[in-house]
Amino acid sequence: MSLFELQKDFGAWLRAIPIDVESHVGRANTAGLAVYRHAYRAQLAGCLRETYAKTLAWIGDDAFDKAADAHIDAHPPHAWTLGEYGREFDQTLAKRFPDDPEIAELAWLDWRLRCAFDGADASTVDAAALGDIDWDRALFRFVPTLCTRAVLTNCAALWHALNAGETPPPAGILAFPIVIRIWRNGFSTRFRSMEPGEAQALAWALAGESFGDICARLVGEDAGNGVQTAGAILRDWLADGLIASIGS
Amino acid sequence: MTGQALTPFHGFGLGLRPVHYPEFLADPQPVDFVEVISENFMVEGGRPLHVIDRVRERYPVALHGVSMSIGSADGLNDDYLRRLRQLAERVRPLWISDHLCWTGVEDFNSHDLLPLPYTDEAMDLVCANITHAQDVLERPLLIENPSSYLTFPGSCMTEWEFLARMCQRTGCFLLLDVNNIYVSAMNHGFDPLAYLDGVPMDRVRQIHLAGHSQGNDLLIDTHDQPVPDPVWALYELACRRVGAVATMIERDDRIPPLPELLAELDIARRRAARFEHAAA
Repeated sequence: MSLFELQKDFGAWLRAIPIDVESHVGRANTAGLAVYRHAYRAQLAGCLRETYAKTLAWIGDDAFDKAADAHIDAHPPHAWTLGEYGREFDQTLAKRFPDDPEIAELAWLDWRLRCAFDGADASTVDAAALGDIDWDRALFRFVPTLCTRAVLTNCAALWHALNAGETPPPAGILAFPIVIRIWRNGFSTRFRSMEPGEAQALAWALAGESFGDICARLVGEDAGNGVQTAGAILRDWLADGLIASIGS
Repeated sequence: MTGQALTPFHGFGLGLRPVHYPEFLADPQPVDFVEVISENFMVEGGRPLHVIDRVRERYPVALHGVSMSIGSADGLNDDYLRRLRQLAERVRPLWISDHLCWTGVEDFNSHDLLPLPYTDEAMDLVCANITHAQDVLERPLLIENPSSYLTFPGSCMTEWEFLARMCQRTGCFLLLDVNNIYVSAMNHGFDPLAYLDGVPMDRVRQIHLAGHSQGNDLLIDTHDQPVPDPVWALYELACRRVGAVATMIERDDRIPPLPELLAELDIARRRAARFEHAAA
């Protein structure tokens, strides 16, 4: 047997695929094989527990460990970095807990905050030094860690309470979906629930629309307050360290 | 790449772990170098790169990897090597090390340090992979002896014979993990002194010290205990053979307060002092 075949079989055996790996290594190595299989699963389970700490705190050890076991069975790691492991764990949770959608949304928050933690750096625009900008044509480039998603549950309130060590509120479905933005400002990973107007403006800006076009759309929706709304949104983006550059 | 030298360095260091970042960033600590896990800093940005930059301003840094998978039968991951090279250009490390093991093959990565059979085929493959990595990284590697929990019936040489031939063929150096020698010796029933006598000591550039735990049937390389007496004794025997060499305490679980690790490092200093002028 070639080394390649041996490694392929050993890797499959680690993943609990029924292969007689003992015939490759000898019956005397049963105890050693058990050490490797345990280490493989324990490493991945530990990685999920660390990455999804708030989700773990919400559903408890037993439910989390069972979900982690199922995830490890269904999703063997591929990337060279362990930091990539668990990317689809929220989907595993969504399937296991279809009646508790806050669990998968909490997991999404855990994952995206972890990604923002060591995502690409970017300098941000200083609101006090904006200089001459043609705002009608202004195009925004956002920090690379920014991501958004609409959520149906109060996962944000749950995450904050768990993070503060407080008793979380009961899980609940929101009256209407809200969009959360996640990003990193300096070394601080953050997330924030957006009002519908800001969520829409951010989606337009991310799609490449100019600030002038965004203002026109907001005015079209609310002729009396559209311009003020656009100004307030822009101030928030600048203050939050969301904008990496403004071009045209 | 064969024959390329490393800048001589001798000192006593610690494996830098996140729980101790604040102390290392706040005040100078009495260590001659730190070793970091390369993969923790092979990231796009954020606090990890800030930490490694600040640490590097104060200490020489050794990069120690767990994911090169130097024994993978389908070769090395070029994206991994590219990222490691970028980190090395940023950190300017004392050296780069990884383990004599494989972590995955094809599209699977176990993220564990898996054992190799010590065969001629494995020798050819490991040497080709080391040569490739050294070419990409433009420096010789340090390869660490693993702890292992099984042996392959097809092996035709001992681990120390494998290491010696590997060094001779590739020009790589060794990171000698004394705890791993002890763990594997107890698990497989070989004489750790025969291991020390068989390793080419002139290629050893760093020593790891760590603790282990007793499993159901085998010793497990857990890095969650202080260095035990048998490992200290083996360390002295290694120092007698290698002379002055960079030594580091590696702790990855149940990590104690920094002063405890520094006190343990002082033990290493005292034990090694008697053999500083010994020749390999």
